[in-house]
Order: sequence, then structure tokens, then C-alpha cells
Amino acid sequence: MFDWIQRFADWLVYGLLDLEKGQHLAEALNFFIYDSFKILLLLFIVIFFMSIVNSYFPIEKVRNFLSRNKLYGAEYFMAAAFGVITPFCSCSSVPLFIGFVRGGIPLGVTFSFLITSPLVNEVAIGLFVGLFGLRVTVIYVISGVLLGMTAGIILSKFKLEHLLTPWVKEVLANAQKESEVFKAEHTPFKERLPIIWAEVINILKGVLPYIIVGIGIGGLMHGYIPNGFFEQYMNKENPFAVPIATILAIPMYSNASGILPIVQVLVSKGIPLGTAIAFMMGVVGLSIPEAMLLKKVMTLKLIGIFFGVVTLCIIISGYLFNMIF
Amino acid sequence: MKNIKILGTGCAKCKQTTAVVERAIAELGLTDVTIEKVEDIQKIMEFDIMTTPAIVVDNEVIIKGRVPSLNELKELIQ
Repeated sequence: MFDWIQRFADWLVYGLLDLEKGQHLAEALNFFIYDSFKILLLLFIVIFFMSIVNSYFPIEKVRNFLSRNKLYGAEYFMAAAFGVITPFCSCSSVPLFIGFVRGGIPLGVTFSFLITSPLVNEVAIGLFVGLFGLRVTVIYVISGVLLGMTAGIILSKFKLEHLLTPWVKEVLANAQKESEVFKAEHTPFKERLPIIWAEVINILKGVLPYIIVGIGIGGLMHGYIPNGFFEQYMNKENPFAVPIATILAIPMYSNASGILPIVQVLVSKGIPLGTAIAFMMGVVGLSIPEAMLLKKVMTLKLIGIFFGVVTLCIIISGYLFNMIF
Repeated sequence: MKNIKILGTGCAKCKQTTAVVERAIAELGLTDVTIEKVEDIQKIMEFDIMTTPAIVVDNEVIIKGRVPSLNELKELIQ
């Protein structure tokens, strides 16, 4: 499917620029051009598709669905799955949280959504397909959903409602189940398209610099770090690699776009995939700025418990990934 | 007198939205308008939205969860 991009990169580097095959610079440049084009193309496709889904399935609909229906445990799965299709900007985490609480959705279910949404988003999926292939992507998406569900269920067992900030408790006390059916919007696709298109361009523009820099650094590392370089330090037998990678990642704040191309090179140079993915989930899923935002709705203790449980789940999925691959 | 509120906790998208609103008002030549930035989350939640940034014109939410294009916004606030 991407042969033509490889041919283009070969032609540009070895033909037009007349660089020698096998040279570090030539290999790095070739890798950079191939990866950039392939990833941008995939990102475009995935973001476009997700924006269409989202246009027909806005977050209010998700909330009303979860609030209205009695789902006997399936609500955790639904919340996590909705988290995948709903784009999520970390600055919306608080309004989303309050919106869910107000709709009478249990705290654990809300957490499932909050965890999965940044972890598995359209940009991450597009990049994953481009960098690791379809099989790894599917496994990543499934484990992101499972992780959100599991952490949500664990958190619901702790009965954490009393650890919300006072004004949120008030919202909780006045919560009401959504009774009205979401009024269907009959906007034809033709009218939705310009808005969808603008959204796609907006997201692409936002992540583009990170991706180019990420692929650039990845390209350099790809050309200069010898194969298997990391195996001596971070092999699968080292039991501390996954927790250390996860904990190192939490203070870092980057959207998946900048980090993923680098992670891919690390994996190709010998870091186990599970360790790398645990690192990535830590970067994308948990961050200090997010904790600062959540302080408006949760006490520090609750944030601590929330981050603790999610960290634990990430570490476990890192080990699982290392066992599978 | 028109009142336009921009709801958002101060992320990049909220700043973009403010810029678009200011430009739309300038290009339409509207003078009878007040712009208000609402950054307090409790006040934001009074409008029952779940995604920011959002634009409220005379207490009616017209845009939520995205940055509108200049032309779209011009039509909406005219």
C-alpha cells in the first residue's frame, strides 16, 4: 500500500539528491521522508473518519445514552469505547467530568471515559498504524479500552464520592438522569462536511510540528544508533523496566504525536514493545498539567488515587504486551 | 447591546477562539458588543456544556468544543 511512498523517497534521496545508498545521512533522510508522508496520509484518513463519526455522535449524545440506560455493568465498556471515538482536549477534562456527574453517571464510569479518551484517540491510532502496523494498533486500542474499564471498575469500588470538591458534591446531589431523548439533528452531510473538514485541518495543523520534529529525531536515531543497542539495558528479563518507564513518563506532557515516532525507533533498536507502550501511555494518559486541572473538581487525595490506579493498570498492560510480543 | 461570552479555561484553542471573535467583530464593524471571557470553571458549567471552547451570544450557546471559522462566526453573530 505504501510502496509508492518508498519509491518516491528512494527517487528523491538516491536519485535527485544523488546520495549514496547505505550512508548514514542518506538512510536517515530516506527514513524521514518515507515516514513523514506515510504517517501524514494515515493521520489524515483516521482523523477524517473519526471527525465524521463525531459529527453524528457528539459527546452530549454519549452522556445521555449512559445516563438514560441501565446497562448492568456494560456501561464501563460503553464509556471506554465512547472514549475512543470522542476527541479529547485535556482542557475539556473538567467540563466533561462535571457533565457526566450532572447526568447522574457513576464516578467509576466517568473515570473509564476520562482514562480511555486521551489514551486512544484519532491521532494516536493514525500514528500507530503508520509506525507499528495494523496488528499492534488493534491490540493497543483493545488494551486501552480494557485499561479504562478495569481502572474505572476498581475506582468505583473505592467509593470516592466524598473526595470530590464541595461544589462538585453539590452538582452530584442535584444530578438528574437525562430523560429527554437527544433531539436528532437532521443536518445533511453536505452541510456537515465543511465543519468536519475544518476540524481535520485544525487537528493536523496542531500536531504537524510535533510529528515532523518527532520523525526527524527518530530518523537521526534510526541512522546512527546501532541495531539492538538498547537490548543490553532494557531487555524483557529486566523486571523493573516497565515500572520505571511508566513512572518516568507521567511528568512528561506531550501529545502522542511527538513521542510516538521516537518510541517506534526505540522499539526497532531493541526496547521491548510493552515497555515502550507503557512509557507512551504514561506520557499521553497521565500528566501534571492534567492533575492541575482536575484539582478544581477533585481533592488531592482523589487525584492521587486516580493516578495510582491508572499507573498500576499501565504497568500491568506493559507486562502483558511484553508477554504477547 | 450584544453580549458575547467566550467560555474556556485558557487553553490554546480558547485563545484562538478569542482571536476569531475579535476579528469577526472588527470585520463586521459591530460596535454595540461586549466581549467577556469566562475562565472560571463553575461559571462555565452554568451553561451546561461539556467541551470547551464555547461561544455564548446573549446567553445562548452557539459554538461548543471547537474553534469556529471566521466566516461561520460572522454569520452567527450578525
